[in-house]
Amino acid sequence: MAMSKSVRYLIPLVVFAALAGLLVWGLGQDPREVPSPLIGKPVPTFSLPTLEDPNRAFTDADLRGKVSLVNVWASWCSACRAEHQSLMALSEMPGFQLIGLNWKDDAADAKQVLAISGDPYTMVGYDPDNKVGIDWGVYGAPETFVVDRQGIIRYKQIGPIDRKAWEEKLQPLLEKLNAEG
Amino acid sequence: MVPELGHLALILALLIALVQAVFPLAGSLSGNRPWMAMARPLAYGQLTMIAIAFAALTQAFLTSDFSVLYVAENSNSLLPTIYKFSAVWGGHEGSLLLWVLFMACWGAAVAALSRNLPLTVMSRVISVQGMITVGFLLFMLLTSNPFERLFPVPQEGRDLNPLLQDPGLAIHPPMLYMGYVGFSVAFAFALAALIGGRLDAAWARWSRPWTTVAWIFLTIGIMLGSWWSYYELGWGGWWFWDPVENASLMPWLVGTALIHSLAVTEKRGAFKSWTVLLAICAFSLSLLGTFLVRSGVLTSVHAFATDPARGMFILLFLCVVVGGSLALYAWRAPEVSEGGRFDLLSRETSLLANNLLFVAFTVLVLFGTLAPLIYEAFDWGKISVGFPWFNKMFLALAPFMAILLGVGPAVRWKHDEPMRLLRTLWWALALSILVLAVSYLPAFSSGHLWVPVGLALAAWLVLAHVAVVLERLKNKGGLARMGPALLADLRGGGRSFYGMVIAHLGVAVFVVGVTMVSNFQHEEDVRLSPNASYELAGYRFEFLGAEAVPGPNYMAQRGHFKVYRGDRQIANLFPEKRAYLGGGMPMTEAAIDPGLFRDVYVSMGEAVGDKGDWAVRLYYKPFVRWIWLGAILMALGGVVTVSDPRYRMARAPARRPATSSAGGTSAATA
Repeated sequence: MAMSKSVRYLIPLVVFAALAGLLVWGLGQDPREVPSPLIGKPVPTFSLPTLEDPNRAFTDADLRGKVSLVNVWASWCSACRAEHQSLMALSEMPGFQLIGLNWKDDAADAKQVLAISGDPYTMVGYDPDNKVGIDWGVYGAPETFVVDRQGIIRYKQIGPIDRKAWEEKLQPLLEKLNAEG
Repeated sequence: MVPELGHLALILALLIALVQAVFPLAGSLSGNRPWMAMARPLAYGQLTMIAIAFAALTQAFLTSDFSVLYVAENSNSLLPTIYKFSAVWGGHEGSLLLWVLFMACWGAAVAALSRNLPLTVMSRVISVQGMITVGFLLFMLLTSNPFERLFPVPQEGRDLNPLLQDPGLAIHPPMLYMGYVGFSVAFAFALAALIGGRLDAAWARWSRPWTTVAWIFLTIGIMLGSWWSYYELGWGGWWFWDPVENASLMPWLVGTALIHSLAVTEKRGAFKSWTVLLAICAFSLSLLGTFLVRSGVLTSVHAFATDPARGMFILLFLCVVVGGSLALYAWRAPEVSEGGRFDLLSRETSLLANNLLFVAFTVLVLFGTLAPLIYEAFDWGKISVGFPWFNKMFLALAPFMAILLGVGPAVRWKHDEPMRLLRTLWWALALSILVLAVSYLPAFSSGHLWVPVGLALAAWLVLAHVAVVLERLKNKGGLARMGPALLADLRGGGRSFYGMVIAHLGVAVFVVGVTMVSNFQHEEDVRLSPNASYELAGYRFEFLGAEAVPGPNYMAQRGHFKVYRGDRQIANLFPEKRAYLGGGMPMTEAAIDPGLFRDVYVSMGEAVGDKGDWAVRLYYKPFVRWIWLGAILMALGGVVTVSDPRYRMARAPARRPATSSAGGTSAATA
C-alpha cells in the first residue's frame, strides 16, 4: 500500500521523461530542411483533374520536358496568401513553368482566390483528398517542389518562397537546371 | 565601451546568481543565519546588475550603435524612437535579457515584500530563483550574447521585424514574460516548501498573492497577443491555436487551476501535494513554451530566431529544472498528509472538478501542439491537428467549465445540502433556462445551435453570481442594509470574494463574445474597382481607391473606404499595405471601426490588374470586443483579489498581534 502510494508520485516525472525524449528527438529534425526521400527520384505517377476543368487531366507527363516549380497551396492557408504576390512575380519569369497543386481545398474557394487575386499558374491540379499530396510527402501548405526536365524532383521548399529562399536556393538551382539543358 | 559594460554586468550577475543559488539554501539547511541573511542583498544586487545590462543595451538601441550585432540585426536608424526602445526585446537575445530582468525584479520583490516570511523559507525561495537565473544567464552568455560586436560596422541596421513595429506588440511580450517569470515565484515557494517538508496553510497564503499577480500579467499578455493578431495579421481571427499561442495558454490554464487549488490548500489544508504539482507544472510549462518558441521544434508564424544549438541548451535546462523538481516532488510529496476531509457536495469537490477540467484541457492543448512531432516520431503517418480539432476540444470542455463555475462559488466548504444549494440558485437556473429557450428561437439564433447554449451559459454565470452575492449580503446585514454592507465588505476582507466575482463575470462576457462572433460574423473576399461598393451584413463599403503614402521606414498603399449603414456614413477607413524598406514580406495594416457591439474591419489584399482594382477582405465582427473585455475583467478581478488586506504580501500574518506598521524591524525568524 505504502509502496503503491509512493509510486503514484513518480508519475509526473515519468511523463516528463517521455516528453523530454520526444523533444530531444524532435530537435534532431529540422522542420525546414526535412530531406524529402523523393529528392533525386522521379515524380510519382499520378492523374488529377485540373481546377479549372474537372474533365481535363493533369498527370506526371505534364511535368516532363520543362523545368517546373510545383507549388502546393490552398485558399485556407494564410501563408499561401502572403506568398501569392511573389508567385505572381515569378510567373512572369522565363525558364520554368509554375504549376499549382491545390491541396485539401474546396474548388469554389480556390477558384475565387485566383479570380480575385490573379492566377500565377500555368496549370493547377486539384487534390482535395490529399491523394497526390501523400505520395509527394506534402507536410503542409505552402510547399514548392522543383522538378527538372526529366521529371525528377530536385528540391523541396517548405514554407513560403520569400526573398531569401528565392535568392539563395531556388534561383541558382533553376539556372543550373536550365544550363543542364 | 557601454556594451562591454553591459556584458560585464551580465557576467557579474551570473556570479551573484551562483552565490545566490548555493549559500542561502545551504544556510537554511545547516542553520547558518549569516548565509541565509545573504539572500536579500544578493537579490537586490542581481537586479542592479541586470538593470545595468538592460540599460546598456537600450542605450545601444537608442543611439543606433550598429557595431553591436544584435542592434544591427534588429534596428535601423529610420525606426521611430518608440520602436527603437521596444526593439530591445524584438529579437531572441534581447527578449532573454528582458526575461532575466523580470526574473530579477520578481526576486527583489520577494526579498523586499516578505519581511514576515520565516528566514529559512525566504532564503530557500531566493536560492531556487537564483538557480533558474543561473540557467538563463549561462544560456545568454554562452549562446545568445546580446552585446556581441560586429566588425566591420555596417552603415545601417537591418530593421526590426515589421510585424513587431506596433504598439500592441511592443507591450505584449513584456506582459507575457512578467507572467511566465512570475510563476517562478510560485514554483520557488513550492520547492522551498518541499525542501523544508512544510506544506501548510501558511505556505499557501504566501504563494497566493504572487501567483495571482503573475496570472494577471499572463492574462493581460495573452489578451494583448490575441488583440494584436486580430488587427495586425489581417485575418480577422482572434485566436489561431498556433504553437506559440498554445505555449502561453498552457501555463495560463495550469496557473488558473493553481489559483483555485491554492484557495483550497489555504482554507482547508487539502490538495497539498496536488497544489505543489500544479505550481511546478505552471512554471515548467512556461519554460516549455520558451523552448518551443526558441528551438524550432515546431514551426509557427510567430517563431523567430530558431537555432538547434540554442534549443539543445534550453532542453537540457528544462530537463534539469523540471526533471529535478519533479524528482524532488516524487521524493518528498508522499510524506505530506492529505488532511481536510470533505463530502461529495462541497466547495472542495467543485474546485477539484475545476482543476481536473483545466488540467484535462491543458493536456489536450499540449497533445495537439506536439501531435505533429508525436506522429512523426512513431511513424503513424501525417496528421493535421489544426484549428477545427482544438475548437472541438474547447467546445467539448467549455460548457462543463461554465456550468461548474456557476455552482462552485455557491457551494459551502466541507459539506453542503442539495436543497440549500437549490434554494440559493433556483431562480438563476430558471432564468438561464428561459434564456436558453428564447435564444433557441430561429428568429434569434438563425439555427446556430451554439448560440442558445453560449448565451444561456453566460446568463447562468452572471445570475448564479448575483445569487451568491445577494446571499452573502443577506447574511451580513439583511437586504435592507445592502449598500452599507457592501461597502463594509469591500473595505474589509471581502475583496478577494468580489475579485472572484468580477473575474467570473469576465468569463461570462468572454463567453458572450466568443458565441456571438463565432456564429454571426461575416467575411468576404472581394475585388473592388475604385468607386465600387460592396454590401456585407447590412453595411455598405465604398472603395474610393488606393494611393501611395510614404511612412518613416516603409512605403504604404493606403486604401480609402467609406462605410455606410443605410444612408448614413458611419466610418472612414484607411487600411494599408506596407512594404518596409528593410525588406521582408509586405505587411497588412487592417482598418477597423470598433464598437462595443460590432467591429467593421477592412484589410487590403493585393492590387489586381492595372486599373487600380484591389482584392480586399471585408469583415463584420459582432461582439468581438467582449472577448478582450472579458479577459480584462478577469485580470481586474485578480487585481481586486490581491488588494485584499489579508494578502498584503503576507505582511501581517493573521495569528500575530497586529503590531506591523511601516516599522519593518520585524526580522522574522523560523
